[in-house]
Amino acid sequence: MDMNYTPEEQAFRDDVRAWLAAELPNPLAAKVKGGKRLHREDYLTWHALLRSRGWLAQHWPVEQGGAGWTPIEKHLFEEECVAAGAPRVIPFGLNMLGPVLIAFGSDTHKAHYLPRILSDEDWWAQGYSEPGAGSDLASLRTSAVRDGDHYIVNGQKTWTTLGHFANKLFCLCRTDPNAAKPQEGISFLLIDMDSPGVEVRPIITLDGEHEVNEVWLTDVRVPADNLVGEENKGWTYAKYLLTYERTGIAGVGYSKNALGHLKRVAAAQSHNGAPLSQDPLFAARMAKLEIDLLAMEMFNLRVVAAAGEGKAPGPESSLLKIKGTQVRQETTHLLRRALGPYAMPFLPEQFDEGWNGEPVGPDDAGPIATQYFNMRKVSIYGGSNEIQRNIVSKHMLGL
Amino acid sequence: MDFTLSEERRMLLETTDRYIRDRYPIETRQANVQREEGFNRDTWKELADLGLVGALLPPEAGGFGGAGEDLAVVFEALARGAVVEPFLASGVLGAWPLARAGGHTSVLEQVIAGEALIAFAHGEPQGRYGPSYVAATAASNGEGGWSWTINGRKTVVLNGDTADWLIVSARVSGHTDEEEGLSLFLVPAGMAERRGYDSVEGGRAAEVILSDVRLPAENLLGESGAAYPLIEETLARGALALSAEALGLMEVCKDMTLEYLKTRKQFGRPLGAFQALQHRMVDMALEIEQARSSVMLAAGRLEGERIERERTVSAAKHLAGRVGRLVAEEAIQLHGGVAMTWEYALAHFAKRLVMIDHLLGDEDHHLQRFMAFSRMQEASS
Ligand SMILES: Cc1cc2nc3c(=O)[nH]c(=O)nc-3n(C[C@H](O)[C@H](O)[C@H](O)COP(=O)(O)OP(=O)(O)OC[C@H]3O[C@@H](n4cnc5c(N)ncnc54)[C@H](O)[C@@H]3O)c2cc1C
Repeated sequence: MDMNYTPEEQAFRDDVRAWLAAELPNPLAAKVKGGKRLHREDYLTWHALLRSRGWLAQHWPVEQGGAGWTPIEKHLFEEECVAAGAPRVIPFGLNMLGPVLIAFGSDTHKAHYLPRILSDEDWWAQGYSEPGAGSDLASLRTSAVRDGDHYIVNGQKTWTTLGHFANKLFCLCRTDPNAAKPQEGISFLLIDMDSPGVEVRPIITLDGEHEVNEVWLTDVRVPADNLVGEENKGWTYAKYLLTYERTGIAGVGYSKNALGHLKRVAAAQSHNGAPLSQDPLFAARMAKLEIDLLAMEMFNLRVVAAAGEGKAPGPESSLLKIKGTQVRQETTHLLRRALGPYAMPFLPEQFDEGWNGEPVGPDDAGPIATQYFNMRKVSIYGGSNEIQRNIVSKHMLGL
Repeated sequence: MDFTLSEERRMLLETTDRYIRDRYPIETRQANVQREEGFNRDTWKELADLGLVGALLPPEAGGFGGAGEDLAVVFEALARGAVVEPFLASGVLGAWPLARAGGHTSVLEQVIAGEALIAFAHGEPQGRYGPSYVAATAASNGEGGWSWTINGRKTVVLNGDTADWLIVSARVSGHTDEEEGLSLFLVPAGMAERRGYDSVEGGRAAEVILSDVRLPAENLLGESGAAYPLIEETLARGALALSAEALGLMEVCKDMTLEYLKTRKQFGRPLGAFQALQHRMVDMALEIEQARSSVMLAAGRLEGERIERERTVSAAKHLAGRVGRLVAEEAIQLHGGVAMTWEYALAHFAKRLVMIDHLLGDEDHHLQRFMAFSRMQEASS
């Protein structure tokens, strides 16, 4: 056993850190660190920087223009990026559709779509969930009916993250309503969101933000060539996509960074004339969180190392998803708690870049309570934590 | 022991329930939140006309209630509508010091009638939840015929932006965190500089700056330098009211979740058919019963001896925070994505429930108070 990174891994980390210090624009990092609203252009700026270094497609093989990293390298990269205040990479094209096309797409699809994902010519959205099909995704009802060399698509997708920025939608549709099992009648279609009959309606979340959408599909004509793989085999591809990339699932980098933020906030808040970080109850809460995070980081690295040896991810990725989201939620909970009465003031205008009004309470108090509420989503999406438990218990009990 | 409500309180409850059901659907609540003042003056007047502010005050102060049970009944019932009108600010925290100090009867009458608003300007920037943390000063200088000059800054003053009057705590002697040396003043709100803002879950608050605010002798409430017991009593009433409100919000969250589990189907079955979720519902219900019991106990002890009052109020507010968070988070989780939307009412109840822990002391603050008062109780027995 060796609890240290190898010299090569350490050198990789240093390289990433130096690159970030030189290239990541300060105003962008400040926006991310200050919890400001990010716009489409901010993500595109970040993507362009990564592209220029060849680091945009972190999960693709080098032949396809990917970074070709080991799982440990991906992990180190994520950690450095979060610490530097880089925005996240928009995953839908790069981390979700890309790997599916590489594995199951035709040569034409690969030649056409992969470069457009890499160049950000296309912004993809994920059209899986429907109002009636959440955890039970296989019950989806959006239909695709063959009509000559087209499919006619009708139905409604929902929770489409950043669908209002997207020009393309990868979409699960039912092509065989009479299949023996619901999973067997589903196809994976690529839809141009500029097509007639596609309508995107905003969903405002409980924190007052616009991040998700409904996508209504009415008699949308989709060229039959836009079918990925085989008709009625879409479920296999969809599942591949969901389980493909699990290294980032624990969000270790995110939580480490957030813990640092929490410590700063707690040190700046006063409680009975001393910093809150010295209050025994609050200090204990922070310490418990830190212990969980410390252990989870090791757990994550164990899984990452196993993946590096080519072992398929087992139920560990479900366990990591559960613990990772619990830790993330606990961090935002403690941040909110640390602020005391200053968690209440709500000045949404201060999430805009360039706002220079006077905050109420500590400078960075503004977005903390809303982030706590927003963070409730991580235990719901990406396969809810209950569904993850179902997966693990089936495995453990041999059901 | 008798756990049934008196006839008057049962009627109070029914009246409030009926009003919320018929006149205060979530759409009305949300529209009221959107108003510039953060609530609706007409609604406030209607609720006051039903006697809901009077119920919070004793007959000596022109009300017809004022006991712990009255507060608990009214606040739990109002929570079913997530009512944003200023019951806590004006009806409890603002009115109680006036009611106890005596005098100023016309102000109290207007408050009870829903025609004037009082806010409690007590918390300060470095004070967090400390009940005696007051750096604001009151000097008795008699300058130009005035008796008092007040200076200081008050923070997150609930409904402070629209109040007509402020109850301001200020120090005449002692160091910043001391219980001795505090006074309370009735200040016409226009004499303070105020900056109002929304609060995360709906509602309004303000930063209040007092610069050389000069007041006549009659605006001192009670005895100078000896206001701490009254401040503590006021905070206890507020904490009980909030605990009862939290209880009402928990019940709404639980009911909505239960209803959703019965109707939402996944995997060909209602969600309620999954045992993993059934047990979570049961845990929620169990913890809510605990919270309810602690509110009843604190309500019954509110007018009793100090140590027992503080201990039981802190127990209730601690559970309001601990169980409140559990219920809010579980209700959202068990609903899934739909609870993440602004449009679905649950989000607003859950948000208020969580944010109650940021008012008048959180779960940890009250845990520490409970421990401190328990030690005092042991020492004195
Ligand atoms: C902010 C956000 C962004 C999202 N982005 C996207 C996106 O871009 N694209 C997309 O396609 N989808 C997206 N989703 C949808 C997400 O995948 C679904 O919300 C998720 O699958 C859960 O489905 P549901 O919300 O319908 O809840 P439901 O499936 O109705 O579940 C409700 C509750 O029941 C539990 N439950 C369900 N079945 C079982 C069971 N068998 N046993 C025990 N418990 C069970 C769930 O865990 C949950 O607690 C997003 C969701 C959110 C909140």
